[in-house]
Amino acid sequence: MAKKLMKGNEAIGEAAIRAGAMHYFAYPITPQTEVAEYLARRMPEVGGVFLQAESELGAANMIFGGASSGKRVFTSSSSPGISLMSEALSYIACAELPCVFINVCRAGPGLGGILPSQGDYFQAAHASGHGDFHLLVLAPATVQEAVEHIMVAFDLADKYRNPVMIFADGLIGQMMEPVDFDAIKTSEPADHSDWAVTGAKGRPPRSISTGSKRTHSTDDRHLVKTLYLNPADNEKHNIHLAEKYESMKAEVRHEIIGDIDKATILITAFGTSARVCKTAVDQLAEEGIHTALFRPITLFPFPEDGLREAAEKKNVQQILSVEMNNGQMVEDVKKYTRMAKPIHFFGRQGGIVPSPEEVVEVVKKLVK
Amino acid sequence: MATTIFQRPESMSDTVTHYCPGCTHGVIHRLVAESLDELGLRERAAGVAPVGCSVLAYNYFTIDFLEAAHGRAPAFATGLKRTRPELIVFTYQGDGDLASIGTNEILHAANRGEKITVIFVNNAIYGMTGGQMAPTTLPGQVTTTSPMGRDVELAGWPIRMRELLSTLRTPAYIARGSAHSPQWIVRTKKYIKKAFEYQANDTCFSLVEVLSTCPTNWGMTPNESTKWLADNMIPYYPLGELKTPEEEDANVKRMISNP
Repeated sequence: MAKKLMKGNEAIGEAAIRAGAMHYFAYPITPQTEVAEYLARRMPEVGGVFLQAESELGAANMIFGGASSGKRVFTSSSSPGISLMSEALSYIACAELPCVFINVCRAGPGLGGILPSQGDYFQAAHASGHGDFHLLVLAPATVQEAVEHIMVAFDLADKYRNPVMIFADGLIGQMMEPVDFDAIKTSEPADHSDWAVTGAKGRPPRSISTGSKRTHSTDDRHLVKTLYLNPADNEKHNIHLAEKYESMKAEVRHEIIGDIDKATILITAFGTSARVCKTAVDQLAEEGIHTALFRPITLFPFPEDGLREAAEKKNVQQILSVEMNNGQMVEDVKKYTRMAKPIHFFGRQGGIVPSPEEVVEVVKKLVK
Repeated sequence: MATTIFQRPESMSDTVTHYCPGCTHGVIHRLVAESLDELGLRERAAGVAPVGCSVLAYNYFTIDFLEAAHGRAPAFATGLKRTRPELIVFTYQGDGDLASIGTNEILHAANRGEKITVIFVNNAIYGMTGGQMAPTTLPGQVTTTSPMGRDVELAGWPIRMRELLSTLRTPAYIARGSAHSPQWIVRTKKYIKKAFEYQANDTCFSLVEVLSTCPTNWGMTPNESTKWLADNMIPYYPLGELKTPEEEDANVKRMISNP
């Protein structure tokens, strides 16, 4: 099938359908409303379910309920809406249910602006909601990559029984690029019959004899719960979650652009910022200034080993983090490189996307 | 030969509940369980527990059960029912869960006509957290956050959810029963069973509000509580079926004929 020119938001919607996700619950918010509008037309065509919820809060909880059924469900929103979903994300992660959330990030904080931003990095990678939990976070830099990430996200969600977040931004959502869905291979949806809520058919009713002890039942009904009042049980569950997140490191991904063995400046950037920096790396090379771009693709788990290796190269003298926020991923860069080299930050906010020329100027100043 | 005339329903588990003496959750759980058994719905049922005294409801039923965030059960149930329409999905919520934090979720689930059943336990107070004022607390009623009695100037009047939801145009079955007397327990059972029948027939959204006692937080004995409920709650929260899907929208007709 030929490549199709599509708006990012629409490609995002189509990608989920191609991955077999037939249930979408969401609420309009700029700059991702086209995802909902596209799916409102498309879901009925493929026999899926489109439901506009009463709010993002409602949508996220519909995802919680839908995910309990074992079927592939997803939602999309943008920064202020994602904040409303924090509660549900904590519950879903605790209940270990697979699902996909897409953030088409816009300028914040508060109502902010509707133009692209990366101001939700901390929220996505470190503080998605209350308690000790993590989302698996993928950060695409192009529409095609967003499509690839979404299709793979459902497999990852199934594999780890965890919510997966696609961290996109308003630029990716709004721009039109050629998309090839067939280039991406996905697996069949996993069988969740060992835990999904399907009704207690064929499973005999069991007595839960607790006597005077309040114990968590281990009968053969399927329960979706997050309440662990007993501290020992609660801690055990948290340790289990932590072990799971550790095992997610198998999914770590990054990309290095430019010649890492010649670079004197290592640029770190993700998503749209990385796309801009890629051009800056090329422009700088033309002027004889050697830089390389380290692009994390998973924001959680963070490609810390790859970053440290790149940062510790003898030829790398300084590190520059370029982001569309006020300095978020740079904190992780500092942490993971153990400040091996001086670290600088260049950011634009408010919905402003930096230009390659701006990045080139910043690098030139560092090189002096 | 002995005949069994009364036994624990199959949908209820053989366990001692944690509820207080005189609490009507145990009774209401049984009415739900009996309805599911009698309609043959046990194996298709999925219950959604609230945050409240009945957060542990899943320990007392032998069906698949889920825990929703506070107030979000109707949204949760919507997601579950829309992905697996063959399930009989019901929520079981208290007055804080449904009438305070969750009003948006219940309103929109009812308005969309989600084919779920909602059991709304109204005891005019917040039980689990130790007796605070609820949106359903009566004027003058003393609670830990209305120590001088609910002041309607400050906190407004109590909300009648049965009436509020009945103004919606979307067809639904909405009734209010009570668990304070044997006679009303029997009548409420009929409402609850009817509600599940509507879902089993894929007809409409259904909600049964059940007036309940909370002796612990009302500071009364169980017997005093049932009397207090009859004398004070029923006049404000009239009992009976208010909306059924068969009748035409009486409210809209009235509004059109008497502008």
